[in-house]
Amino acid sequence: MADLMTQPLLGRIDLAGGLVDLATYEANGGYQAARQAILRSSPEAVQEIVKDANLRGRGGAGFPTGVKWGFVPKEPTPGHIYLVCNADEMEPGTFKDRYLMEYDPHSLIEGMLIGAFAIGADRAYVFMRGEYHEAFTQLDRAINDAKAKGYLGEKVFGSDFGVELSIHRSGGRYICGEETALLNALEGKRAQPRMKPPFPPASGAWGRPTIVNNVETFCNVPGILSNGVDWYRDLGIGDDAGTKIYGVSGRVKKPGLWELPIGTPIREIIEQHAGGMQDGYQLRGILPGGASTEFLIPEEHMDLPMDYASIQAAGSRMGTGTMILMDDSICPVAISINLQHFFAQESCGFCTPCREGLPWIENMLIDIEQGRGQAEDLDVLDRNSAFIGAPGNTFCLHATGAMEPMLSALKYFRDDFVAHIEQGRCPHRAGGGES
Amino acid sequence: MSDQIQLVEVLSAEEIDLIEAEVAHIPDRQSAAIEALRIVQDKRGWVSDESLRAIATQLEMSIEALDSIATFYNLIFRQPVGRHVIMLCDSVSCFVMGSEQVRDKVCEHLGIGLGETTADGKYTLLPIVCLGACDRAPVMTVGDKLVTHLSQDSIGEALDGFE
Repeated sequence: MADLMTQPLLGRIDLAGGLVDLATYEANGGYQAARQAILRSSPEAVQEIVKDANLRGRGGAGFPTGVKWGFVPKEPTPGHIYLVCNADEMEPGTFKDRYLMEYDPHSLIEGMLIGAFAIGADRAYVFMRGEYHEAFTQLDRAINDAKAKGYLGEKVFGSDFGVELSIHRSGGRYICGEETALLNALEGKRAQPRMKPPFPPASGAWGRPTIVNNVETFCNVPGILSNGVDWYRDLGIGDDAGTKIYGVSGRVKKPGLWELPIGTPIREIIEQHAGGMQDGYQLRGILPGGASTEFLIPEEHMDLPMDYASIQAAGSRMGTGTMILMDDSICPVAISINLQHFFAQESCGFCTPCREGLPWIENMLIDIEQGRGQAEDLDVLDRNSAFIGAPGNTFCLHATGAMEPMLSALKYFRDDFVAHIEQGRCPHRAGGGES
Repeated sequence: MSDQIQLVEVLSAEEIDLIEAEVAHIPDRQSAAIEALRIVQDKRGWVSDESLRAIATQLEMSIEALDSIATFYNLIFRQPVGRHVIMLCDSVSCFVMGSEQVRDKVCEHLGIGLGETTADGKYTLLPIVCLGACDRAPVMTVGDKLVTHLSQDSIGEALDGFE
């Protein structure tokens, strides 16, 4: 049975058996945290609570949310302060934010309301993927319902605090997920990343202080305020606090999403919650948190806790916490082509190593897959992947993210790459050669 | 001047109202560029050169600047599309679950390749990056509708019922 004290993110959806509308949300204590904060607390106190709770960004980078909020200047020059929700979920293999927005949109609105109060924002935007039609419908309706009740707009809950919330529907492109590219897109420009510094809390949207947080991050906030710092910290298994929405896609018996204590071991997520691999398929590789995270392998990493530090210590990143499993029917070179095609296509084109380098890596992989690989190709691939992937060699971290699965595939599945070159064909495809 | 007035008149009163509603909650007119392109595309299916000029005039920006934005974003169509745009996910989770076989079947079923429109103007087929429904892979969208658990056998049924 779902329980909001152990599953503050998805429990309400389970209890409601689907969409949580405003009445259901409020019947389960919804908007009480925001009401208490805005009427009885202060922005500084709310920032402190979120900082003490050790909530870390759930979009992939894991930056402490309360610390980020604290970067907004205490005495800003007159003008808007912006709060932006990054709902541009486009990390391949990630499907958690869509679920939250489609089924529990008010928890996002309440989290943003609290966030806006904490940083003094008077304008808030949800930057949403253009392809998320149902999530837009549900969130748009929820915003209107909240406005009608006086929870958004001027004088929220009858206080002096006010914030306008609207949705920007993206025109596309993965690079919009990069915080500063997102701000350019919000401003109606091409989504190219900006030079940092200045960082968005100092100079973000339209040159004003701006905080950008992920959907799941915001959804954590109301529970922290309602139930307290100790409760939140105790939810996690290891050093990290709270719960995490984990997901598994690939050839498992029960692909899906589960809200579990952060730090739940990979094995438990795959074997217990996802039901293990489908009959006839062996697990070979795990992308733990989306396409831009390094492969992990079942021989070494199944018992790792899915938390920020443990996955990083193993050479990867927890990322979005939604795993993609590669089974033994999948050719590691072919999956690398798929991944590199994505990153090459989604490069914004601004800087040369990314714009030219990523397609070059993809083409080299296609040659290897189609039997045209040469003995020295792997050395060239190693060297160039390391070069393109080194932070600082490109303007933003897009290419760095692209090379995470590439370098780890070359490390863990090297025998497969070698076999392609030696045999002059793909050993995984009957007949070989044709991609 | 008369030229300019005429160009704005390409947009309907409804489109202008919707664009102005977007302009109202942002600091400058040009910041509504993407919304304005989407508004017009929603009404007309795509953004023609004529529409582009009219939007640029409406937003008080150059046609070239607006086109550089329009062509950056993959959900803005600068060419005519069919009545239903099919977006077939080609990202990694769908790939693992057999999206290449599904893609081949869709192409065969419609008799077109990726990026093409059927002769009757009914469907345009495009590849798309991860649609965020990876637990139900392989997936595609047909217009606003998400279609999940695709297989080679389910394509015909999935595309039934669209006019």
